[in-house]
Amino acid sequence: MNPLIDNLGPLLQALGTTLLMAVVAGVGSIVLGVLVTIARVSPIPVLRAAAFLYVQFFINVPLLALLLLAVFALPDAGLLLPLTPTAIIVLTVYEAAYVAEAVRSGVNTVPVGQVEASRALGLTLTQSLRYVVVPQALRAVVQPIGNVMIALAMNTALAAAVGVVELTAEVNKINLVAAQPILIFSSAGVLYMAIALAIGLAAGWVERKVAIVR
Amino acid sequence: MTAQLIPDRPAPARPRSPRRSRTYAASFMYDVPGPRGRRNILVGSIVSCVLFAAVIGYGLWQFASHGQLDPSRWAPFTEWPIWQYLLVGLLGTLEAAAIVAVLGGLLGVLLALGRISRLRAVRWVCGFYIEIARTVPVLLVIYLMLFGLPQLGINLPVLWKLVVPLTIANSAVFAEIIRAGILSLPRGQREAALSLGMRPGQAMRFVVLPQAARNVAPSLVTQFVSLLKDTSLGYIVAFTELLYRGQVLASYLHLLIPTYVAVTVIYLVVNGSLSAFASRLQRGPRRRPSAQPVLPALPAATHQEETHA
Repeated sequence: MNPLIDNLGPLLQALGTTLLMAVVAGVGSIVLGVLVTIARVSPIPVLRAAAFLYVQFFINVPLLALLLLAVFALPDAGLLLPLTPTAIIVLTVYEAAYVAEAVRSGVNTVPVGQVEASRALGLTLTQSLRYVVVPQALRAVVQPIGNVMIALAMNTALAAAVGVVELTAEVNKINLVAAQPILIFSSAGVLYMAIALAIGLAAGWVERKVAIVR
Repeated sequence: MTAQLIPDRPAPARPRSPRRSRTYAASFMYDVPGPRGRRNILVGSIVSCVLFAAVIGYGLWQFASHGQLDPSRWAPFTEWPIWQYLLVGLLGTLEAAAIVAVLGGLLGVLLALGRISRLRAVRWVCGFYIEIARTVPVLLVIYLMLFGLPQLGINLPVLWKLVVPLTIANSAVFAEIIRAGILSLPRGQREAALSLGMRPGQAMRFVVLPQAARNVAPSLVTQFVSLLKDTSLGYIVAFTELLYRGQVLASYLHLLIPTYVAVTVIYLVVNGSLSAFASRLQRGPRRRPSAQPVLPALPAATHQEETHA
């Protein structure tokens, strides 16, 4: 009958894989992205240059090329991890560059007076970053980071191309047997839209919670 | 006490010389470091250099211990035919990207106009399309083109199996960028055009759209970089583009790592130069002075100018 209901078990499992990849890579990329941003505004030239190169590299190289490199080529050099963790790591380092760009634009919105005031109070660089700059920068970029997270959720689909059985791969498999492409693919599309909607709503909620009234 | 009040040398100027304001953050986040600060920076530099060297060294050792650094494995990439094979793929990438940019750009303009139309139904339909196209993975649409539609008897040529999904996704993004450009333009521009006797369509075509497009040019170039990256999905539909050629070459030569590294370098060079172009567009002086009055040259004002530039 309905091929989606017949395959509900594998489908839910695949949806779980997609959600797992999105959540783990999402949290990881936010943490890594903030660290890269801090390196990018630090007084140490080597760290600044490294962070700049990191961001430029991942913004200019396609995710699919990185996935192929990590999944098929790196085992030649003895770097072999299970498939899903590899995809999660690649997604994390890739999206961290976009998070870093977003957070950096947030750092730029922190008024100079804030930093000067924190220095005048005698805070060290670490303290003024930790208590003054980063909290305000993160509050300003909730929506942009939400957009990066939506892009990340969409990009988890690329893991299907290297063999991770997540939502896209699973519905493709179901369709090859059931041959009802319109129904099956639009159902998967609705699921992805629901994920994106949930991320968007969550970002809006967080933004209302942490917004600074100036 | 008085001796301390008289400086024995002139106080250091605010760090605003070109050398200091290399990076935006460095220009205000910290003062010119003193002796202790310089020492800390030196220690930090050395520690991070050692750290990076250790990571890179471990990577190279790992590669070398599996024979990946043998000159024989990299020798093919000193020969022109190999690069020629990959560069033909690059041509395919650029071809697909150009088609998507033109189609997606045109569709994006139409969608942006529809999104701000006076007719509620048009606004609603365009908004609905944009929301769907932005939140459905391109790969899902490609799989639909590749495996789904042939079951219904619709089989497009390979190029279009790549171009149609990418156009669907990118037209929505282009529409949002262009709409932001139109909304950011002062209302007076359109009103002035209308009061000169232009029809609304003329005002949009000759006054609003050209200025809007110029204001969002950096975002448009950035989006072009993103869609150039997305053409790597041609690997899945077996369209002759860079990544697909790289994969064919890798399995032909049995040299996975060198081939993928070469492909990555090509992407990096092409997209890197486009990105650099985008940031130059962003930083470069506006051709037309902005409507805002010139701000007085206070330290805070220079900061604001830099943020808006």
